[in-house]
Amino acid sequence: MDTLLLKAGGWLAIVFFAFIAMVLAADAGFAVHMAIIALAAGITLWVTINKADYAAIGRGILKAPDPGVYDDDPIRWGVIATIFWGIAGMAVGLIIALQLAFPVLNLNNEFTTFGRLRPLHTSAVIFAFGGNALIATSYYVVQRTCRARLAFPGLARFVFWGYQLFIVLAATGYLMGVTQSKEYAEPEWYVDLWLTIVWLSYAAVFIGTIVRRSEPHIYVANWFYLAFILTIAMLHVVNGLSMPVSLLGSKSYAAFAGVQDALTQWWYGHNAVGFFLTAGFLAMMYYFVPKQAERPVYSYRLSIIHFWSLIFLYIWAGPHHLHYTALPDWAQTLGMVFSIVLWMPSWGGMINGLMTLNGAWDKIRTDPIIRMMVLALAFYGMSTFEGPMMSIKAVNSLSHYTDWTIGHVHSGALGWNGMITFACLYYLVPRLWGKERLYSLRMVNWHFWLSTLGIVLYAASMWVAGIMQGLMWREYGDDGYLVYAFSEVVSAMLPMYLIRAAGGLLYLAGAIVLVYNVWMTIAGKQRDEKPMTETPHNEDLDKPIVGKPAVAPAE
Amino acid sequence: MSGLAQKHKKLERNVTLLGLGAFITVAIGGIVEIAPLFWIDSTVEKVEGVRPYTPLELAGRNIYIREGCYSCHSQMIRPFRDEVERYGHYSLAAESMYDHPFQWGSKRTGPDLARVGGRYSDEWHVQHLIDPRSVVPESIMPPYAFLAKKELKSGDMVQHLRAQRRVGVPYSEEAIAAANEDLMAQADPTASTTDLEERYPKAQVRDFDGDPDRLTEMDALVAYLQMIGTLVDFEAGEAQEQPR
Repeated sequence: MDTLLLKAGGWLAIVFFAFIAMVLAADAGFAVHMAIIALAAGITLWVTINKADYAAIGRGILKAPDPGVYDDDPIRWGVIATIFWGIAGMAVGLIIALQLAFPVLNLNNEFTTFGRLRPLHTSAVIFAFGGNALIATSYYVVQRTCRARLAFPGLARFVFWGYQLFIVLAATGYLMGVTQSKEYAEPEWYVDLWLTIVWLSYAAVFIGTIVRRSEPHIYVANWFYLAFILTIAMLHVVNGLSMPVSLLGSKSYAAFAGVQDALTQWWYGHNAVGFFLTAGFLAMMYYFVPKQAERPVYSYRLSIIHFWSLIFLYIWAGPHHLHYTALPDWAQTLGMVFSIVLWMPSWGGMINGLMTLNGAWDKIRTDPIIRMMVLALAFYGMSTFEGPMMSIKAVNSLSHYTDWTIGHVHSGALGWNGMITFACLYYLVPRLWGKERLYSLRMVNWHFWLSTLGIVLYAASMWVAGIMQGLMWREYGDDGYLVYAFSEVVSAMLPMYLIRAAGGLLYLAGAIVLVYNVWMTIAGKQRDEKPMTETPHNEDLDKPIVGKPAVAPAE
Repeated sequence: MSGLAQKHKKLERNVTLLGLGAFITVAIGGIVEIAPLFWIDSTVEKVEGVRPYTPLELAGRNIYIREGCYSCHSQMIRPFRDEVERYGHYSLAAESMYDHPFQWGSKRTGPDLARVGGRYSDEWHVQHLIDPRSVVPESIMPPYAFLAKKELKSGDMVQHLRAQRRVGVPYSEEAIAAANEDLMAQADPTASTTDLEERYPKAQVRDFDGDPDRLTEMDALVAYLQMIGTLVDFEAGEAQEQPR
């Protein structure tokens, strides 16, 4: 009873302080955020009081969870959150893609301009969709590979809900113009502080579970999750350093300026890719690909070499976002060299994933989940080749500032992160909800083809757009003058932007097929459909036909 | 090879060693590559003319940040012939030395703005921000008509400048104390601005949004746009013919 009182009192205090901060707020954005925090704490307070088992507390019984099963509640929530934020983030992506083709869609309204929606899209797909997928799968994988329940179950739940609050604060902030303007690190100082608390709790749950493991070895997937969690903590804290104007206002000024701020930001930004979108998702790959293929990981030694070299090299690659800028030349060149070297450990991961299918390649035909995983790895390999190529200064002089970068990012994000996440979701849903199988495997196949077609349209149109921009900007005529005005280059992009939006629409359509499939699976339905395997052997038909005359030969 | 795998077994059986090893591995790159930028003097070579922003420019810059202009506009001209001809002298590190945070950007859906100051008239900027396609028919920029309607939030510039100074921008005590007045004075053609112009050389003082009766967000943003890239006098640095 005492702990219950303490908890309820704590939540009540947060409601109270958030309310005071809302009243005293220096700007509207901060006031809205404090109202959201007060509301969140209020809901938690209500749940704490209502869900408490007073009878048990009265009898002095501590409600102990069943130690014989894994702690899967936060994982189930995480799966749903992943899907929800995925759809939201991709839908916003489609809207901003259309805004670039039809500027009237900015709606002449301050809350719906491209400038405010773009960080909403990037954060929603990277941190809300990707982040929830990482947290949920890491909870799943670490329990299974350690043969232990989650350490600190209360904290594990706090991480889930705290992370959702972070997403809501970040997303509403962008719409209201509350932003630090650091790409992929836009949330303001107090949201950053909140994320730090949530992230350290996440690290505690994850590491705590490893400490409690029953297996002597820490499985390779957990190395990657561990490196991802620790590095993101480091990047987030350093890049987020800033000085608030007022403790009751949203605005802050970054701790660093100019060159130093630029390199700190891209050290962060590139390694958000390297550790959030690569190391974390490789961890998913290292568990779910072998499980789905029912084969062991191809090479243990390769995984050791590729793990350490990947995490060592990635950190250096940030300066390739700043080629030919005012960043000192030595830093640019260093960044380029490491980016090129990075190609090798990246492909080490791809090879280890693909070769895991050794002896099970036929599953690509019969198992659409494996098919998605293979596509994901193929796109991982492709974009980790394209990245080092674009980091070469000569190539970058053309590609930088253009839509080629956008195409590159999306071949990685849609192809690798999206597809591996979808495959993992399809793997997880029947297992987490105790269903025999997915509602429909054929729908997984539809999803696969919708997405693949979408990515091809997206990446191809952005390559063309980017190279066109790069070439048109630097085109000189015989008279020695620049040929194109900037506005002419803008209008030349329209067909590409339309194709890109079509690609995005297909990709979103695929994700909506997933929503339906997952929904029906959880509802316990099974679609009546032909199996994905080849035509089964039919003993009855495998014999000559007797009793009928042979066909008379033609005369 | 098997020796490596044997040695690695120590790490994979001990989460402290594994975590520590991973953390040290990822820390090296940042220490070697980023940290030196903070103490190598030649990283940012001092250039005459670069000064902290005036309160009005800073307020305009904050609007630029708020609206996410960096999503589509860079402020970093690379040293290529076409960029220098299109946009002006390539950007120097010193020109963003007081930019907390930097706004170099990463994408040019719209043109670079590192030297947009003085290129167009105030009227052009106001018209363009209200309805971009009325002046550039091919433009795909969102309209920002609401800026002309919103009063600029004033009265807290002292705190803003103080926060800036805490992160290293050399505002003087008197500049901080006068921040609120300086904000109002820069957009007010009738105000006395000797002190302002002494504190911030090359500060442009006038009504920017075409409505002298009100201080709007449009005033601040246009004041900022009109000063970007104008502080350094590049002509003074050009090679001069020596008289014999």
